Amino acid sequence: MFATIINKAIVQGIPLLFGSTGEILTEKSGNLNLGIPGIMYMGGSAGIIGAYIYEQSVEVPHPALCIIIPLLAAIIGSALLALIYSFLTISLRANQNVTGLALTTFGVGFGDFFGGSLTKIFGEGGNISVKTTADYFKTTLPFADDLGAIGTIFFSYGFLVYAAIIIALICAWFLKRTRAGLHLRAVGENPATADAAGINVTKYKYLATVIGGAIAGLGGFYFIMDYTGGSWTNGGFGDRGWLAIALVIFALWKPNIGIIGSIIFGGLYIAYAYIPGLGRAALAIFNMLPYVVTIIVLILTSARNKKENQPPEALGLPYFREER
Amino acid sequence: MEKTAAIELKNISKSFGSVVANKDVCLTVYKGEILSVLGENGSGKTTLMNMISGIYFPDEGQIFVNGEEVVIASPKDAFKYKIGMIHQHFKLVDIFTAAENIILGLEDEKKYDIKSAAKKVKEIGEKYGFAIDPMKKVYEMSVSEKQTVEIIRVLYRGADILILDEPTAVLTPQETKKLFNILRRMRDDGKAIIIITHKLHEVLSLSDRVSVLRKGECIGTVNTAETNENQLTEMMVGKKISLNIKRSEPKNSVDRLKVEHINCINREGVPLLNDISFTARSGEILGIAGIAGSGQRELLESIAGLQHLTSGRIVYENPKTGETENLRDKTPLEIRELGVRLSFVPEDRLGMGLVGNMDIVDNMMLRSYRKGKSIFLERKAPKDLAEEIIKQLEVVTPNANTPVRRLSGGNVQKVLVGREIAASPSVLMAAYPVRGLDINSSYTIYNLLNQQKENGVAVIYVGEDLDVLLELCDRIMVLSGGKISGIVDARKATKEQIGLLMTKSREVEHDEE
Repeated sequence: MFATIINKAIVQGIPLLFGSTGEILTEKSGNLNLGIPGIMYMGGSAGIIGAYIYEQSVEVPHPALCIIIPLLAAIIGSALLALIYSFLTISLRANQNVTGLALTTFGVGFGDFFGGSLTKIFGEGGNISVKTTADYFKTTLPFADDLGAIGTIFFSYGFLVYAAIIIALICAWFLKRTRAGLHLRAVGENPATADAAGINVTKYKYLATVIGGAIAGLGGFYFIMDYTGGSWTNGGFGDRGWLAIALVIFALWKPNIGIIGSIIFGGLYIAYAYIPGLGRAALAIFNMLPYVVTIIVLILTSARNKKENQPPEALGLPYFREER
Repeated sequence: MEKTAAIELKNISKSFGSVVANKDVCLTVYKGEILSVLGENGSGKTTLMNMISGIYFPDEGQIFVNGEEVVIASPKDAFKYKIGMIHQHFKLVDIFTAAENIILGLEDEKKYDIKSAAKKVKEIGEKYGFAIDPMKKVYEMSVSEKQTVEIIRVLYRGADILILDEPTAVLTPQETKKLFNILRRMRDDGKAIIIITHKLHEVLSLSDRVSVLRKGECIGTVNTAETNENQLTEMMVGKKISLNIKRSEPKNSVDRLKVEHINCINREGVPLLNDISFTARSGEILGIAGIAGSGQRELLESIAGLQHLTSGRIVYENPKTGETENLRDKTPLEIRELGVRLSFVPEDRLGMGLVGNMDIVDNMMLRSYRKGKSIFLERKAPKDLAEEIIKQLEVVTPNANTPVRRLSGGNVQKVLVGREIAASPSVLMAAYPVRGLDINSSYTIYNLLNQQKENGVAVIYVGEDLDVLLELCDRIMVLSGGKISGIVDARKATKEQIGLLMTKSREVEHDEE
């Protein structure tokens, strides 16, 4: 029972972990990308489109290509959206909030449109389903079933779950222990200072935002391929994108805390299923829990007012060197 | 000794849109010398230096480093030519340690290793006589510590040409002395140093040569030994002006405002004001000195009713009715109506008291719109007032309907101070009214304050420049860490005495108690 809850919490938490890791990287460069929900949606829809087209175009899909093609499609789709965001906010210095919200609307609309209509284009009915591909993504480690509870908690996942945790750890290490990480943090804290120190602010902002977008997109991709088993439902991704942004705050802009946070959020997300006798209304209240926790964390960190736990100082502000 | 030029500028020009910041400036600095660049606000000093350090790119002209023509397109290029700039507004990341800030942006071949960097930082500190803890976070540092980090950062990169932009603006006299000793040591080490300032006595005591800029053009370069304050001022302003503040003896002085044992804490429970008691008299200027953030702002805000006090009384003797009133029970609006006026010029100059996007007339109305009887605004009186202030204080503006944001710093301050004075107050509190102003405008403001004093107003003046405080005020109260560390007679006190009071630590006070 306990092992199952942990397992379910992790599975629920992984999309949030991808999303928050990507958003942390982005925010560390001073870009508040509220387009993350749209970008994650895009990662999912681009991935499934890639898989669908590939499955439709060959008789017997090759296992390696089944993984690589949708994966690349998801990364390119979400990175492209992040690139649009970067171009608008960094090069044209458009308002970050407005740009981000617009991208979220766009990403969700794009996904719902193609998720519903792609099959029609190919002359079939119903929603997309790419079960063959999804099965490759769901393949767990072979010895998982033999290890009982340990196996359920640690080994019973598709490879994207491990990827999420490894990427989060790499990001944490990158931000804390590398020169480029130091530079990136400086850009987000105080771009004028970073600029005067000879750091290419524009380059760092672009790279962090685009790579962050690609990582976040994997969250949506994982949701479609592994969690739902390769079938598209309009709006199925729900509010997970916003939860990922809440997780950034919960994790205090630290990807390694984000790993724990994602499991907690995942657990809270499914908590209702383990409480007997809940009505529809009570269910909605439980779905609210991750946000309540975030608000509590916000209150606690604001009251403590420790400088290290605050968002990057220049978050949300455009930077222009010759501004006087 | 043969002098070799470290850096040479030839006919440098730069404009921002239609504004010409620098025009045909020629400047030479030799190795092993300190050159002062002197000029009023807006004379293009900082712009010129920013072009040497790669922040701006010159429109025209050539730059030579060690005799070779170079192109400095970015701060990175500047480092390559061993040029380092210490900015007026520190360019440091608050949540980083000193060492992290120092190695920021450095792309050497070596591995990223903060520990060995910290060791090297310590070594540089010892060589020139800085005390520095490389692992201290910048937000925990005092202003002079931050400056130390800036200087070491430049030295760490092996800079041979150092540019300091108004380095002493934020330092106490003692800290300034220490900095100057360090700079002299660097000069003897063969480095070329450029220091931007508008404090004449510093120029005379520190530098070997002085270049004067006026309205973006280089007026001339003189040897410090062969010049004096009057000549330099004349070069800066372009005409002879007198640098004396006419201080009159206080007449018919009566107690106007008595602050009794007030205390004030911030959200975290840290005391901001600690048992402050003093009296402000009419017809007198009471100066308040102290390191930035010692409680000056909180004190003035307490009097204006903007701070919540935990204890104490502020007794106001109303000159109109002769009654005494406790300001602590009153709202900010009531206090203002009583004739207690505050003009606070914060670091960004806007933000307190003026709205940048509104024009001068609208900003006048911020103080008077409640007087209107009908539901429509009455614009005639404020407009007249605006015109009057523009005329009297020589505010440079196209007209009264120009947004305040578009005016230069000095003119913004004239509008702010002018508006408060126009209300004919009985207590006038002016905090940093000359912050960042050039000599000419500063003296206009000093004279305004003196006029108010002669009219029997109790003036409270918070200032940064101790020389001015000593010349302008009748008494000077020194704050240190939210406490009064002394009240001295401005006619008898010395700068060193006040400097000591400013840095007086709490432990010492405990011993005396």
